[in-house]
Amino acid sequence: MAEGVKPRVKVPKTASAGEAITIKTLISHQMESGQRKDGDGNVIPRSIINRFVVDFNGENVLDVTLEPAISTNPYFEFEAAVPESGEFTFTWYDDDGSVYTDTQSIAVN
Amino acid sequence: MKLTRRETIFAGFGAAVATMLPLPAVAAVDDAVAAFTGGAEVGTDGITLNTPEIAENGNTVPIEVSAPGAVSIMILAAGNPNPDVATFNFGPLAASQTASTRIRLAGTQDVIAIAKMADGSFVRTANEVKVTIGGCGG
Repeated sequence: MAEGVKPRVKVPKTASAGEAITIKTLISHQMESGQRKDGDGNVIPRSIINRFVVDFNGENVLDVTLEPAISTNPYFEFEAAVPESGEFTFTWYDDDGSVYTDTQSIAVN
Repeated sequence: MKLTRRETIFAGFGAAVATMLPLPAVAAVDDAVAAFTGGAEVGTDGITLNTPEIAENGNTVPIEVSAPGAVSIMILAAGNPNPDVATFNFGPLAASQTASTRIRLAGTQDVIAIAKMADGSFVRTANEVKVTIGGCGG
């Protein structure tokens, strides 16, 4: 597992039904591209997050495939529409098999 | 070591091949596009790609892509060692087919966005980004 991986997600606390809400996510991760070399000229092996999925109450919002060209600390901003109160699940899949998750609840009034 | 005439010709040939190396990168972009669209006709309307005109640091270039009615959007960087950047697949609860992220660019190049629409058609747009410091390797 890569070190110091910490997800940070910003979701509004409340929304009205069907309203487009903006969600911002960031996860601290090296995103080693596999193109860089260390001081001795050896290639540093690739180690990135290759997939990012957002679900709301089990229904899909966004599914992103990441390649090494995504910057260090991958950041995503997108919009979701929530029909009822519930919970967002954010899942990041690491090359090394680790899975990082975060959940945020939102109340619809 | 003394070079014979034959060896000198081969050395020159090797240098010519080395200068032709950027060509496969262009082919890789075409391959990635073909894999995504399946060779279908690609239009130009209905997709917006926002990129900075000049990026001082190629390690983190903010981009925003929007294609109303798209089911997925693929981003390519034509001048990177590996042109794939990301593919966004929008689910039923996505309020808009818009996403922002930050990408790495190895140098001044075109950033390409291709969207697959709900009706199966494809649209494409491209922006040139001038990069002052590249973002791949050291």
